[in-house]
Amino acid sequence: MRKKLETRQLITALLSAVAVIALIYLAQRLLIPKYVDDIVEGGMVSEYYDEKDKSFDVIFIGDCEVYENFSPVTLWENYGINSYIRGSAEQYIFQSYYMLEDTLRYSRPKVVVFNIQSLQFDESRSEAYNRMTIDGMKWSGAKLGCIKASMTDEEHLIEYIFPILRFHSRWNELTSADVEYMFRHKKVTHNGYYMRVDALPAGDMPPVKPLGDYSFGDRAWEYLDKIRTCCEDNNIELLLIKAPSLYPYWYPQWDEQVKEYADMYGLKYINFLDEKDAIGIDYNTDTYDGGLHMNLSGAVKCADYIGPILRNEYEVPDRRDDEALASIWADKIRVYNEDIDYQKEQYGIE
Amino acid sequence: MLFTSYGFIGSVLILFLLYYVIPKRLRPALLLVFSLIIYGMADARYLIYIGITVVTVWYAALIIDKNNKAVKDYIKKHKAEMSATERKAYKKLKGRKSLLFFLAGLVLNLGILAVVKYSGFVLSGIGHMLSSGTDGVLNIPDMLIPLGISFYTFQSVGYLTDVYRENIDAEKSLPRYALFITFFPQLVQGPISRYEDLAPTLLAPHSADFSVIFRGLQRILWGYFKKLVIADRLLMGVTTLIGDTSLYRGGYVPVMMLLYTLELYADFTGGIDITIGIAETLGISIKENFIRPYLSTSLADYWRRWHISMCSWFRDYVFYPVSTSNASIRLSKWARKHISDSAGGKLPVYLSSFIVWFCTGIWHGASVNFIVWGLLNFLVLTISEELSPLYERFHKRFSFAGSFPYRVFMILRTFLLVCVLNLFDCFADVRDTLGLIVSAFNFGSYSSMEKGALLNIGLSVSDYVIAAVALTAVLIVSIIEERYDTSIRDIIRKRPYAVRFILWTCLFLATLIFGVYGIGYDSSQFIYNRF
Amino acid sequence: MEELMEILTSLHPDVDFDKEEHLIDDKILDSMDIVRLVTELTDKFDIKIKAKDIIPENFNSAKAIGALIDRINEE
Repeated sequence: MRKKLETRQLITALLSAVAVIALIYLAQRLLIPKYVDDIVEGGMVSEYYDEKDKSFDVIFIGDCEVYENFSPVTLWENYGINSYIRGSAEQYIFQSYYMLEDTLRYSRPKVVVFNIQSLQFDESRSEAYNRMTIDGMKWSGAKLGCIKASMTDEEHLIEYIFPILRFHSRWNELTSADVEYMFRHKKVTHNGYYMRVDALPAGDMPPVKPLGDYSFGDRAWEYLDKIRTCCEDNNIELLLIKAPSLYPYWYPQWDEQVKEYADMYGLKYINFLDEKDAIGIDYNTDTYDGGLHMNLSGAVKCADYIGPILRNEYEVPDRRDDEALASIWADKIRVYNEDIDYQKEQYGIE
Repeated sequence: MLFTSYGFIGSVLILFLLYYVIPKRLRPALLLVFSLIIYGMADARYLIYIGITVVTVWYAALIIDKNNKAVKDYIKKHKAEMSATERKAYKKLKGRKSLLFFLAGLVLNLGILAVVKYSGFVLSGIGHMLSSGTDGVLNIPDMLIPLGISFYTFQSVGYLTDVYRENIDAEKSLPRYALFITFFPQLVQGPISRYEDLAPTLLAPHSADFSVIFRGLQRILWGYFKKLVIADRLLMGVTTLIGDTSLYRGGYVPVMMLLYTLELYADFTGGIDITIGIAETLGISIKENFIRPYLSTSLADYWRRWHISMCSWFRDYVFYPVSTSNASIRLSKWARKHISDSAGGKLPVYLSSFIVWFCTGIWHGASVNFIVWGLLNFLVLTISEELSPLYERFHKRFSFAGSFPYRVFMILRTFLLVCVLNLFDCFADVRDTLGLIVSAFNFGSYSSMEKGALLNIGLSVSDYVIAAVALTAVLIVSIIEERYDTSIRDIIRKRPYAVRFILWTCLFLATLIFGVYGIGYDSSQFIYNRF
Repeated sequence: MEELMEILTSLHPDVDFDKEEHLIDDKILDSMDIVRLVTELTDKFDIKIKAKDIIPENFNSAKAIGALIDRINEE
């Protein structure tokens, strides 16, 4: 009799606990930002995990200067390069390192392309950007390391483990999208590429402010070393680039330091700003925000520039013969073209 | 460490698990170590202050107890040989040692409290006098004020006095005594526990009793609900209003008083709920500190229901000793002879009340406004005591005096009075407070408040709605508890499991979602400026 | 004892002090009553009631107060 009672109590307790946990989980799913409407940058990182075949030969890591400036579809169509951009808003260099570590959990690329603009930041400047990069990552040692490296003073690890603690006060900003995308994700990129088809010619840039000290911080260097040794240890070629963004201004003194570093370790470093004529960038038609980032036309040109380098100098294979892969890409290209048509209609472009 | 910090909640969780896996006899030791760690983490130097208080009071009490018992034993043994006067003389002579240690303990510990908390206040007062109003003549030392020093000093003094009075036996073990003083849930904000109440439950071996643990958890949850959903939300408005008295006058003053009084209630009683709840989950029972204070029908009633442990401390260790002292009795006799019989009865009471309220005021904070606050309480209490025959006649004459609406009227009247008195907490300069109260009567200025003015003080419409709903829940619970004179948890416990489960889960989710904690969400932070 | 009853009744004419056993616990006597009681007792009985004697056990009933007076007299 007593035993029976105890079993019943135990079952009730267990069921109750499950119910409470389920409710908290639902509340959490509802309350965390979905990044589907205005702010899509927070939705990029998690998209990678949805890829059926993650055997990419080229991985881009970095901030908006990678995810807005290269079209992986062009790299596939013209060169048969299977690539993915693991970029996110203001991805700091330590976050890029952990993004690389996270990517290596799934497959080992031949080449990693890293955009070095984030060398200028030694630590996180914004809690919100931390969340947009980190929340999308799947749980692993890489994510934990990324959190620890990124946290600002006002943040707590527990708020990453239970995001509801961070986002609970979003209850008064909930929209129908929060219900719609509670359990699914709306794709916002094409293999990590954030596409824009509209154009806004580059005008006058803000005056260049001289800096007191041009040397990059120790922590930034430390993580560049980590990225480099990680690539070395995994037999991956590391290619350093600076995207052709006119602003924020890229100081020649910074460029020098990167060149020195590249020379010291025998790495290739391409400053796309120096190559803009060779690439054929027209800042009147190839940017959508006045020279900060490329639009589709610019991103295609940049891809067409880096494609041959990847194929010839790094021997990245042409995989268009791979039927399974080709069919995956065929689907991607279809979505890509639909997006182009949709955006052209949105922006009223011929 | 703040009750609402992740660190505190996490530490208590770890403590809780450890507490119930280690052998029973080790549990008090664990509590002591944990309490010291938690307290020391706020600032390691605090441990020196509390250490001095703990060791000196423990030692003094031990000596006093030993001496008192020796005297008693001697008299008992030699009862036959000694006359009453001899006994008295012997007691007096030998009692001197006890008195000496008692006074030394008092002077040292109240002295530390006075120096740490009030030297700045006193010195700045002297500075003011010397320089007739300008600051900066005397260099006021920046004193480290250990967290909760007012509380633990009072608890220590109460213990020492109880031992001296032979009302309790001294605690022989230093660690056990140290735990009584440093027990972490009550160290920073009380209640000021009595040794005879707390020690037996604190030091007894506890077994894990799930119903008691759950009861404690419910109490903790209720405390967090009050603190996070109500207090910390209203605090945003209170801070704005109190921050600029040149702007927020007139029509803002009633709002200021109301919000502050509600915030104070939710914060303090919520904190005590958490304190008592944590103790309960550890199998320890702490005496209640509040009995639905805002349902009081008079100020005297209020002070029997608000911060009870402090009030009874002042009653037992200040009010009774002063009012029954020889000087008081002489005063009473004199008044009986020269004024009237009733004056003889009342004068000692009023005199000691005055002293108690002066001390209560200054205990709350080292500045003039708290003294004024204390004395205003004294004034209102004395006047209503003097008028009480009048009230009684009134109540007898009119039948509605016992009715429900009249009771509600009395409750609201008392609440309003408390609101006004509380305003003196908020500003160090009493003139500011008085000016604000006067401005509240300038009803003409109300119309100049722009529409939606109350939405510009840091509270949105939804904040007001949530606070109102949450406060209504608190009010309903209070009324139910008042009606049945029992804890709401015991009433809920009699309901079916499904009802209980839904109630507590809703409370938990409401606290989790509607609590004000963490960084706060502002979608504009997330707009990537694309640089 | 009669004198004591007289004093008590003068404080609270409506209370039956013969029967009440929880004068303090039930908050029939408040701290002001206690002090008045103590000063009157001091006067009438010529005894010294100290603060240490003011504990609920000594004041919960007329009987307890009587016992307290006896004890102080004895000392």
